[in-house]
Amino acid sequence: MKLIFEKSVPGRHSSLLPPCDVPAFELPETRQEPLELPELCENDVSRHYTQLCQRVHGVNCGFYPLGSCTMKYNPRIDEEAASLPGFTNVHPLAPKASVKGSLEVLDLAARYLCEISGMDGMTFQPAAGAHGEFTGVLLIKQYHDARGDKARTKIIVPDSAHGTNPATAAMCGYDVVNVASAPNGCVDLEALKAVLGPDIAGLMLTNPNTVGIFDENILEITRLVHACGGLCYYDGANLNAVMGHVRPGDMGFDCIHMNLHKTFATPHGGGGPGAGAVGCKAFLKEFLPKSALMEGEGHIQVRGFAGNFLVVVRALAYLLTLGREGVPEASANAVLNANYLMQKIKGSFTPAFDRVCMHEFVLDLSEFKKETGVSALDVAKSLIDNGMHPPTMYFPLIVHEALMLEPTETESKETLDEAAEVFRKLYDLAHTDPEYMHAAPHHAQIGRPDEVAAARNPVVRWVKA
Amino acid sequence: MGSYVPGTLQERQEMLRAIGMEREEELYADVPAGMLLTEPLNIPSGMSELEVRSKMEALAAENKVYKTVLRGAGAYDHYIPSIVKYIPAKEEFLTAYTPYQAEMSQGILQSIFEYQTMICQLTGMDVSNASVYDGATAAAEAAAMCRDRKRSVTLISAAVHPDTINTVRTYCYGSNTELRIVPCKDGKTDLDALKQMLTPDVASLVLQQPNFFGQLEDARAIGEAVHAAKAMFILSCDPLSLAILPTPKELGADVMVGEGQCLGLPIAWGGPYLGIMAATSKMMRKLPGRIVGETHDDAGNKAYVLSLQAREQHIRREKASSNICSNEALCALTAGLYMAAMGPEGMKEAARQTTAKAHYLQAELCKLPGVELKYGGAFYQEFVTVLPKRDAVLAALDEAGILGGLPLGENEILWCATEKNTRAELDRAVAIVKEVLA
Repeated sequence: MKLIFEKSVPGRHSSLLPPCDVPAFELPETRQEPLELPELCENDVSRHYTQLCQRVHGVNCGFYPLGSCTMKYNPRIDEEAASLPGFTNVHPLAPKASVKGSLEVLDLAARYLCEISGMDGMTFQPAAGAHGEFTGVLLIKQYHDARGDKARTKIIVPDSAHGTNPATAAMCGYDVVNVASAPNGCVDLEALKAVLGPDIAGLMLTNPNTVGIFDENILEITRLVHACGGLCYYDGANLNAVMGHVRPGDMGFDCIHMNLHKTFATPHGGGGPGAGAVGCKAFLKEFLPKSALMEGEGHIQVRGFAGNFLVVVRALAYLLTLGREGVPEASANAVLNANYLMQKIKGSFTPAFDRVCMHEFVLDLSEFKKETGVSALDVAKSLIDNGMHPPTMYFPLIVHEALMLEPTETESKETLDEAAEVFRKLYDLAHTDPEYMHAAPHHAQIGRPDEVAAARNPVVRWVKA
Repeated sequence: MGSYVPGTLQERQEMLRAIGMEREEELYADVPAGMLLTEPLNIPSGMSELEVRSKMEALAAENKVYKTVLRGAGAYDHYIPSIVKYIPAKEEFLTAYTPYQAEMSQGILQSIFEYQTMICQLTGMDVSNASVYDGATAAAEAAAMCRDRKRSVTLISAAVHPDTINTVRTYCYGSNTELRIVPCKDGKTDLDALKQMLTPDVASLVLQQPNFFGQLEDARAIGEAVHAAKAMFILSCDPLSLAILPTPKELGADVMVGEGQCLGLPIAWGGPYLGIMAATSKMMRKLPGRIVGETHDDAGNKAYVLSLQAREQHIRREKASSNICSNEALCALTAGLYMAAMGPEGMKEAARQTTAKAHYLQAELCKLPGVELKYGGAFYQEFVTVLPKRDAVLAALDEAGILGGLPLGENEILWCATEKNTRAELDRAVAIVKEVLA
């Protein structure tokens, strides 16, 4: 379809503002460069964006088992709550007495999330998961600094971790110590012991881990890190597996981030805004970030004002809906759905770890590829032809030809049965017509894009011909 | 209680049996005994949608919505066209994840490509990323992309927004690099002091235009001084103001950053907002975050993809330029939509009216006895007055449903007006101030 710039007609516009009712004011220096934004009437704009949205697949449109992203249904009532004028039309620097509702939203959300995570303090300033990681590791850094312990220069990250973990540790000035996983995908205790020492500031870990397995040694892992003087950071990317059943705080973690846009059903908006609420144990509360302008200097700060407030509003509406019964029910059904789907797919494709999984599981297609020549990428692209968003591909790095599936609790048995049937069909197709799968997708908006050309000769904006 | 789990109890039993289990508890067999919660969570019971609606409405009703907002300081109450509210609520846009699968995400990718282009058109810069979290983090990320082994110190003007300064300070604390604050003189960055501070270890200067006090900085001269010292010039701009003010390109910026809230996003008690980052083409491969690029598919059709990913954390891990992955995509879509709905003339008109209203408010306020303009330099939409009985003035305005300017120091107020404020509203506010001061 055409770009919005190609639909521009000089002189076209909408009538949005009244004439100015005060005298004009001439600024001493003005823009010399012409302003070449597109010129359209309102109907043009409306049709353009409607056409764009017809070329997007959201979780409310269909199955979206994107592992590690927890694509659950995003309830509409949460949207309505977030569009109440009492929330949208409030200035962040309005007097405290005039924003009691906002303060209570944060207070309630903090109380519920502390209870779910087993933490004592909470901040909503971080705007995303990676931003929460940054905040959490800065809590660890401040803790060591406040004790005058300058020798701790390293953060431990398992090799199965998401790329944000090592990137975060580096942004916080730490050297990254990668620890190899045991054959079962969990932390290798001996490998961990080998790197522990007085130079370790902390450990970053998800549990369940990125292959969807709950690390049964978790208490021993956090005990070992604490014994050497380090702190433990819980990456909450996989919290949807365990809410209301087991708490990161009880596993021995000192701080945690939670992706409100995953676990707590706030929409991801095609890449954001999210919210990365960070919780901590009582001894770290003094190090939580604050806004200099809202709350005074003297604290770290990771973003302006109080964070992505309207995302917190949505998450609170979700928490109020689920409540004490619904939160554990959601997790149990996320785990049930993942195990059910894995069981159904097992007849064709091979799980990387053939055992009970948590909320997600990883398929290992390396043998399948040897057999058929069809790769994980080919299967993913073929799923698109079947109206399904592909799973996460080639992650975690410790599994070759990986496809990681996370169905979430909001999918029905029929959806899972149909998805399993699609996988079975593709398994058979790979054995009869692999060429067709190499060339997939055949019925999508576009065929496979040339990413190498995009990187080699970057065209990152439209230019008038 | 509320629930979004579709399975009936019978279906759940069938599914459990299919995986060889009898009871739901067996799903958590890997969790060590003693760690599983034995008591229900200490949070309230779940509620129906109707009850949740009432509860959320009650919370919202505890906030005061002012009829007139004369406060800015980083959050600006501009008019949001109706279409700009409705389009981003479409479920396809709203509920998609990051467009990892280009073949089923062309709509999101094209919207970002169009946003990137419009940001380039507005700022004059060569390349824009797909957004970062907000204006403050955009400045912090820009400071990070300008550092190298020889030059690691960041300078920031004391006239930059306090939250931005504190955020940049925090990112510098993270990376073990130094931040130095350049002092102000008469509400603007002190150029002489800056020149002294531009030592060979300085990587960049962060300047805000207009600055926190509303003043227009002599940005061109400051940029020249920064470049003369071989450092990078990072300019934080109000994007709407660029419809009429000199662009960061014209002012010599290497990296432009800004808070995009004024482009169609509600003030919403601080977020979600939009971090804008644009740069010269020379800096393209140092930009953090996602960038959408144009390419073609195997049949030669035009296609958009997440591009230049070799900079990013999922490839580079600890060597990445930033850890950012989720950004503010829907806010970027909203900003692009706002610019398209307003068009070039609408953008200029909004910026011109904003300036006119702010100057009208300033002139009327300063006619009152005892009210003085604190800084005499040119301003765009914000200005500081010194006045007696400051708190009584703000209280009287508050009583009348007007959020007055932001109190600063002992007897100062940082005022703001936008195109949304009518002359009648401004006159009414001034009359209330007059009454208190009488």
